[in-house]
Amino acid sequence: MANPILRVNDLNISFGSRAVIGDLSFEVREGDCLGIIGPNGAGKTVLLKALLKLIPYRGEIRWSPGARLGYVPQKIAADRQLPLRAKDLLSAKARFLKLPSTDWERVAQELDITSDLLNVSIGQLSGGQFQKVLIAFALLGGPNVLLFDEPTASLDELTEERIYELLYSLQKDKGMTVLLVSHDLSVVFRNANIVLCLSKGKPCTGAPKEILTPAMLQELYGGSPHYYQHLHEHERLASGGREGAP
Amino acid sequence: MWREQGLLVMLALSFALAAGLVGCIALMKRTLLAGDVMSHLALPGLGLALVFKVNPVIGAASTLFLGTFLVWQLQKKTGLATEAAIGVTFAAALAIGAAVTPNEDLAESLFGELPKLSIPGFLLGITAVLFVIAGIFLLRDQLALSIFSPDLAAATGVNVVRLDLYFLLLFSLTVLVGLRFMGALLASALIIMPAATARQLTNDLRHFLLLAAAASMISVAAGFALNIFVFNFSTTGPTIAIFSALLFGLSLLKKAA
Repeated sequence: MANPILRVNDLNISFGSRAVIGDLSFEVREGDCLGIIGPNGAGKTVLLKALLKLIPYRGEIRWSPGARLGYVPQKIAADRQLPLRAKDLLSAKARFLKLPSTDWERVAQELDITSDLLNVSIGQLSGGQFQKVLIAFALLGGPNVLLFDEPTASLDELTEERIYELLYSLQKDKGMTVLLVSHDLSVVFRNANIVLCLSKGKPCTGAPKEILTPAMLQELYGGSPHYYQHLHEHERLASGGREGAP
Repeated sequence: MWREQGLLVMLALSFALAAGLVGCIALMKRTLLAGDVMSHLALPGLGLALVFKVNPVIGAASTLFLGTFLVWQLQKKTGLATEAAIGVTFAAALAIGAAVTPNEDLAESLFGELPKLSIPGFLLGITAVLFVIAGIFLLRDQLALSIFSPDLAAATGVNVVRLDLYFLLLFSLTVLVGLRFMGALLASALIIMPAATARQLTNDLRHFLLLAAAASMISVAAGFALNIFVFNFSTTGPTIAIFSALLFGLSLLKKAA
């Protein structure tokens, strides 16, 4: 069994008097793909930010000493009209981390980000191209853990599929550990080998087939059980042998 | 006389260069207008210095940097937006400044004067300008990352809170150098207008910085020339600011074309 790369014990996060996450404990092993699900406001994005130490928290978040984190945020609040090109961002990060200048060029090449795309301002990139740039930004510096927060929100289905293929290959070929926040349960079913379910009640973790059951999903999200039954059957067939294998 | 004028113009031009660069960063950080009112933080210091017959630069620097630190603390501790934190501090500073500045010196404090520049004063000003330019150059990558996304920058290892303080200090230092030519009300005109002008003309970061610095320096050169050869006002601040506004107007025509 692989070594734990992340241990979270009794994590509590609150904004003022409002508790967002309470007494959360879980563990992620090297090479795992942890799918983080839950309804709006359950604290999925907040959890990722705490794991990145971007917000204050109580409890323990312990990354193994060799963990190098890459982060793909849900959305960027930045003005897309900024006079910044993808090249400016990637080269700025490479210089800040004191990486050779060839590193960002190699990452861009690996993700098929052409020199044309690197040289247009970020406001002129399509949603999918922009997302690719964010992934390239996260991969720069050689992370072994990727934190994805709704990486395909507001993208069309084809682009979404490509982004998840990329995510799958990063995990498979490079042995990366992935923490994936997604509203799309079918994506979680296909990619994750362990699921963390955040809700107003007690959070739970387990294998997708244990967590993504119609009864659990109905308890988590509400709505009709028929919908989850249908989803469950469909994804069990579609995921084939991928389920459970990091 | 001509040597003094020459030193003054050289210092004003170097101030313009720094102001253009600082303005570009402030524009991208969307703190341009908030930064504008920071120059007013110098007013109480100027007033007190005039009352107690102390060097006005020392007085202005004291309250400017104190105010800057206060703004940073307000942002950090209360989570106030930069605009709100600066707005509160500015209103208090302006009120104190107006109350303590002697009436006969108020106009000069607000709109600047043509200072008598000593060699040490010139060297101090140039050193401050070089410090600002070097600071922007050294922090350029961290600034670019935090402008794009403070979260991504922090996840990359940038100390965003400390970076905000460094930038506020560079902004204040720039304002301080320009205070004597431009006055507390107009000191930031050369930080705002050239950056806004350059932004109309390019989407390229490097060109943006170069154009803003150029527009700022052209405004200073034209402002001084107009004042010396045409208007002969007691202060160059207004002519420089008017010329800078004119360049911005022209940039709008270029954009439309």
